[in-house]
Amino acid sequence: MRIVVCTKEVPDTAAKVEVKDGKVSWGDAPLVINPWDEYAVEEAVLMKENKGAETVTVVGMGTETTKDAIKHALAMGCDDAVLITDPVFAGADTLVTSEAITKAVQKLGDVSLALFGRETSDGNSSQVAVQVGRRLGWNTLTYVATIDSIDFAAGTIKVERLVEEGKQIVESTLPVVISVVKEINEPRYPSFMGIRKASKAEIVEWSAADLAVDSSVKSKVSWPEVYGLPAREGDVEIIEAATVKEAAAELVDRLIEEKVI
Amino acid sequence: MSGVWVYIEQHGGEAANVSWEALGLGRKLANGLGQPLTAVVFGPGSGALGTEAIHYGADQAIACEDATLDRFRLDPYASLLGSLAKDRQPSVIVAGATTRGGDVLGAAAIDLNAGLVTGATEAELDGNVVMAHCPIYSSKLMAKVLIPDAGDAPQMLTIRSRAFPMPEADASRTGTVETVAAVKAEGDIGTKVVGFEETQGAVSLTDAAIIVSGGRGVGGADGYAPLQELCKVLGAALGASRASVDAGWIPYDHQVGQTGKTVSPDLYIACGISGAVQHQAGMRTAKIIVAINKDAEAPIWKLAHYGIVGDLFEVVPALTEAFKARLGQ
Ligand SMILES: Cc1cc2nc3c(=O)[nH]c(=O)nc-3n(C[C@H](O)[C@H](O)[C@H](O)COP(=O)(O)OP(=O)(O)OC[C@H]3O[C@@H](n4cnc5c(N)ncnc54)[C@H](O)[C@@H]3O)c2cc1C
Ligand SMILES: Nc1ncnc2c1ncn2[C@@H]1O[C@H](COP(=O)(O)O)[C@@H](O)[C@H]1O
Repeated sequence: MRIVVCTKEVPDTAAKVEVKDGKVSWGDAPLVINPWDEYAVEEAVLMKENKGAETVTVVGMGTETTKDAIKHALAMGCDDAVLITDPVFAGADTLVTSEAITKAVQKLGDVSLALFGRETSDGNSSQVAVQVGRRLGWNTLTYVATIDSIDFAAGTIKVERLVEEGKQIVESTLPVVISVVKEINEPRYPSFMGIRKASKAEIVEWSAADLAVDSSVKSKVSWPEVYGLPAREGDVEIIEAATVKEAAAELVDRLIEEKVI
Repeated sequence: MSGVWVYIEQHGGEAANVSWEALGLGRKLANGLGQPLTAVVFGPGSGALGTEAIHYGADQAIACEDATLDRFRLDPYASLLGSLAKDRQPSVIVAGATTRGGDVLGAAAIDLNAGLVTGATEAELDGNVVMAHCPIYSSKLMAKVLIPDAGDAPQMLTIRSRAFPMPEADASRTGTVETVAAVKAEGDIGTKVVGFEETQGAVSLTDAAIIVSGGRGVGGADGYAPLQELCKVLGAALGASRASVDAGWIPYDHQVGQTGKTVSPDLYIACGISGAVQHQAGMRTAKIIVAINKDAEAPIWKLAHYGIVGDLFEVVPALTEAFKARLGQ
């Protein structure tokens, strides 16, 4: 019985991301594991440590650089790894990404739980988990903040989903696709031993042909242009006055003039 | 392929504001395309919500109040939307970029083999193609995003809360609300909702016109009390930085930023928040940003429009009093 956790690499969250010559650039900032995916990896490893999951496989789709995110997941405790990589996947939208990941989950076989981050910090689409779940025909529980219980033998799970108005508590049968939010756990730092093991681990590479990806599934969404946000106009106006009370009153006047109250 | 559809999401029989904003955009697209605008709404009270949608600008509505849709579950909701769209072939489907809107459109997009553009903050027509503008890289950049060749599938789009204007309701508008049957029987649905814990009495962050937000500078859980007072006077929602959430002073659902919520209020008052890039990712599109911070060098000043350099425990209560006086409370 296997658990799959999906991850992608993104520019470090502190990177200065800008548009250069029409392309996205983050200078020499490092690529790191998508921050949301650390929570998914942690939860997968916890399942193995405490809930009787046997194997945790990390799956990433991308290029050579994706291996860094995959190695981070291995160093946190995943057992094995797959990199889905093929030039035909360049510029893939979520239709294609979800098709490739779905085929990888099916090829791995015997998967009871596939874990995803809530979103990627570059594309911010929050779609890949839902669309993989739909393609697999599995129950899909997004925005999971707590796994109350999971019983692999009985094939059941109970979770709390964080939605706009509060927490929805849901029971489901396995297999299931889950996406997680930050509240779910506290991701561990990879240990020295973990990092050493990860650096030696073999990362299996699968192409579109290896996965028998349905060639009629094509990207439909395109991004013809990226651009920077318009620069913020003007400087901050610091309100100064003899007393805090006067400064507060003046600030209130300004905000009323701005018509935001 | 003809017709613009807007998926109206509801919780407890009430529609989300962003659904009406989506309907406003839908009206614009429908007018431009010369096609009818249909509101699609599922779950308890959806018949009445269909009528409300017509007041907000829809020409007609499709509703389903089947018991399997009583509480939101992805499979029966997405299956119904997918099946209706397969039969009736709308050219565009719009929804809010919320937990429900994103999930339902995402899953239905697979059933329809349709492209989906997520989290747009602007959209206009270029011929028959919806040209959307979407924040990417956690709002550090923007992208033009479109589905140039949808084939025989609709162009699907979700929009961010508060990015599009709220249309005016007009109770004299009329149209038909058609009731349809569900497509999934209870026995074919693998999930069961066994409870719901409402967040008590709070203004939703993503809908809020005003947000008062506190960071590590509030110093502890009790430090939110003066901010709560200000929230009360302004009818504002309470936000927080990750540092204060991680410290356990306030629950995660208040967190604003890269790994929290993305908000776009008219006014964002950041108290004791340094303004790290990851925090900015969640609030930089606020119309007016006010900072209250005792450090005159904090990064938040690069983003703020107004501010007071000082101790938030003096400034915030003074602001509360000043607002009370000005707003006649
Ligand atoms: C992957 C990743 C994701 C992240 N996601 C998020 C996110 O979603 N949201 C988020 O907020 N952060 C996020 N962060 C964290 C972010 O980098 C900062 O650490 C965090 O925003 C700092 O919170 P803060 O401003 O409250 O604390 P600090 O940076 O410690 O700032 C506290 C501020 O309060 C001021 N202050 C102290 N006392 C007072 C007082 N009495 N009166 C007035 N001012 C006072 C100080 O001058 C200081 O400027 C993320 C980080 C990473 C690495
Ligand atoms: N290229 C990819 N390879 C592996 N997993 C991915 C990839 N893209 C997205 N994911 C997973 O899907 C989640 C949601 O991503 P997104 O839908 O792009 O916001 C991420 O947190 C990952 O777990």
